[in-house]
Amino acid sequence: MTLELTGASRRELLKASVVGGGLVLSFSIAAKSEAAETAGAQALNAYVRVAPNGIVTIMAKNPEIGQGVKTSLPMMIAEELDVAWENVRIEQADNDPKLFTRQFAGGSLATPMNFDDLRRVGAVARAMLVNAAAVAWNCPAGECKTAAGQVIHVATGRKASYGSLAGQCAGVAAPDPKTVTLKDPKTYKIIGKSTPQYDTRKIVTGQPLFGIDVRVPGMLYATYEKAPVFGAKVASANLDAARAVKGVKKVFVVDGGTRLDGLLPGVAVVADSWWAARKGRNALQTKWADHPTSTQSTAGFDKRAAELAAGAPQTSLRKDGDVDAALKGAAKTVEAAYSYPFLAHAPMEPQNTTASFKNGKMEIWAPSQNPEPGRQLVASTLGIKADDITVHMTRCGGGFGRRLSNDYMVEAAWIAREAGAPVKLLWTREDDMHHDFYRPAGYHHFKGGVDAAGNVVAWQNHFVTFGEGEKVAASAGMGGTEFPARFVANCRIDQSTMPLGVPTGPMRAPGSNAIAFVNQSFIDELAHAANADPLAFRMKLLGEAPMVGTGPSGYNAGRMKGVLAAVEKMSGWADRSKLPAGTAMGVAFHYSHAGYFAEVVQATVAKTGGVKVDKVWVAADVGRQIVNPAGALNQVQGAALEGLSHALYQKITIENGAAKQSNFADYPLLKMAAAPPVEVKFVITDYPPTGLGEPALPPVIPALCNAIFAATGKRIRSLPIDTKQLAT
Amino acid sequence: MAFKLNVNGKVLEADVDPDTPLLWTLRDSLGITGPKYGCGIGACGACTVHIDGKPTRSCVYPVSAVGAAKVTTIEAMADHPIGKKVQAAWMDLDVAQCGYCQPGQIMAATALLAAKPKPTDADIDQAMTNICRCATYTRIRAAIKQASGQPVKA
Repeated sequence: MTLELTGASRRELLKASVVGGGLVLSFSIAAKSEAAETAGAQALNAYVRVAPNGIVTIMAKNPEIGQGVKTSLPMMIAEELDVAWENVRIEQADNDPKLFTRQFAGGSLATPMNFDDLRRVGAVARAMLVNAAAVAWNCPAGECKTAAGQVIHVATGRKASYGSLAGQCAGVAAPDPKTVTLKDPKTYKIIGKSTPQYDTRKIVTGQPLFGIDVRVPGMLYATYEKAPVFGAKVASANLDAARAVKGVKKVFVVDGGTRLDGLLPGVAVVADSWWAARKGRNALQTKWADHPTSTQSTAGFDKRAAELAAGAPQTSLRKDGDVDAALKGAAKTVEAAYSYPFLAHAPMEPQNTTASFKNGKMEIWAPSQNPEPGRQLVASTLGIKADDITVHMTRCGGGFGRRLSNDYMVEAAWIAREAGAPVKLLWTREDDMHHDFYRPAGYHHFKGGVDAAGNVVAWQNHFVTFGEGEKVAASAGMGGTEFPARFVANCRIDQSTMPLGVPTGPMRAPGSNAIAFVNQSFIDELAHAANADPLAFRMKLLGEAPMVGTGPSGYNAGRMKGVLAAVEKMSGWADRSKLPAGTAMGVAFHYSHAGYFAEVVQATVAKTGGVKVDKVWVAADVGRQIVNPAGALNQVQGAALEGLSHALYQKITIENGAAKQSNFADYPLLKMAAAPPVEVKFVITDYPPTGLGEPALPPVIPALCNAIFAATGKRIRSLPIDTKQLAT
Repeated sequence: MAFKLNVNGKVLEADVDPDTPLLWTLRDSLGITGPKYGCGIGACGACTVHIDGKPTRSCVYPVSAVGAAKVTTIEAMADHPIGKKVQAAWMDLDVAQCGYCQPGQIMAATALLAAKPKPTDADIDQAMTNICRCATYTRIRAAIKQASGQPVKA
């Protein structure tokens, strides 16, 4: 609609958006047409509203970051409510934990945490509609069934639409969710059917959906400059030079605090356009105060890690049997040191938030994976009651764990209050790459032994990571149960730490995205030492016991063997010797986020050392039910390709206490020309359904590195892969 | 200063500095938010628009360079004979994950099909240099094939 306002100035547009009555002109127009369709709707509970015409509105409780929950979670409700999907409209919920419990995107947890509860939400609403019909027809509810938005009296065939019944549910007590009967999965009409993402039309037509697209009346634009050294304070800045730039409205220093995930010191520039704000920022010539972490560097960490590895470990994570004796008695032993770099999340949509502070109330529109902790952070930092803060969740242009932290949200709130006007804060890509919560680097020092029969008899890992003593930095830890722990009788896993002044945090498959690389690569080294087929060697290592351990750390070896057998078959592993010289397959598996994944990569290494990934095969076991197969396939293919991007390209280097890389020119991501086909098979097993955002990523990295070894005899022990060393 | 721009078939006026990138003129001055900001250096393609039909990264294209050229954005693709086929294929194959890069991908794909109605895989590799951080490349490739009437591999 804005396109028709020929010659409109920004001011006129803003006026138009006020007339629109809502936060954004185009948002409100879209909302209006949906509102007309759902007029007179009756709420059955916090999630479900039914309009007289039968259109059902279902709330999407969690943040949508591209993992598909805005569609898949309402599918669970719609299935048990028993409505036709084409009559469902989905609305993004605001952050409101009182109504919707925990609302976040993380840990691949949306499906396992909500599959039962949301189906029961739908079943409760259905039961209320059935009861309303039974009262009207003066018959027992048990004589009624439902189908596609109608209650039907079985004996007489009498029918009533949900739309006609919803009004009679007002004020009627809902049944206890625990008592409602759920459908037999064999009768599912929505769950298990490939369902396009609800927003797909809006996405392909470029409609405003994302945080960056939010516009509120009277809004100004902000940029915020922070020190490259994390947490350093402002020493000096030429605020007047920035103020002199046309369009700049306010320039001020923010003292900030010391919490790396909170409001850090910096300079805010607020202007009538974002470009003007950036030009103002360019004039600042900010100088930063000295900071204790300004001498930290990747080179320094590498050196310190080698020193720590040479000394006695600080902490024991696991000690089974006698590793030293087993190594002595082994037919063959292998020793190797592995490492991987810091990584930035770099979601496509740079961090942003729009905030408006009026009459003591803060209203926030944010692409956050974790809005409630953001609200609490704004409350504690600004001294506002949490009840006076509203957080609207926008669609997120990617998340990958980055938006579990809400630093950009608290910055926007602070700047908006200080500026005395609604403000959209938008980071530059450089800001995003310089101020991430990075996937931490890590160092693993292995010793392993195999016996003459090809059994792993000893496994030792001295893991050097970041932290203080036993307390490790965020997402920089490793559990003592990571495979092959518990599958090797003599197993020692130790840990040493070094201090870190770089913020770290969870990145898609945290921990696993690094641990799978080192463990599954070193297992491959042992397989080759034993002269064994790397896949058969792994199958043997998984043993005969179906289940190892119990509870959250239980490892279902049977399920892993199932996916390993599946990937063996689908990839044609047995025929890999027929591949031409320079082309080979590698295999790896990993268990994370309750999912069992085995993957094979076929890669070709050129004489120049260039690596081309020809194909990836993924066998996945996430239980008995794939909620949205088309979405599930997209997640798995994307995760596998992201893993290849980690392996081939990505690296953040710390120099002088700051991240060296700044944009996609020096932090490249995988592009079309390098993206191989990814064939996926879901192995269905009788276990509760679990999530798919993350667990497909970890195994692809070691599978690629193992393929490169098979092709060249050269072992990749640090990432990203240095293709120069592969030249022959 | 005031610039008269031909955007999606209409003449719009924006009062911005000459060095303002077309992207920010579209987004902040004209309220056309389909083109997205991803990198600001022309590396990711999220900001892709057509200038006289040519795919252009608007984050590094100063508004003063546009002149009388016709600017077309994702918002007008439904009226574009190829663009609407590309959008239909994108919806049919449910290409997007987060969706943020997809307007730029669709603009690049539409320009590719305008130049090469039946692109090969190699043509797609060469023309489609936009970054998709969610890595939906498998479906982007399939959607381009489908929009061009070529067989689609899953």
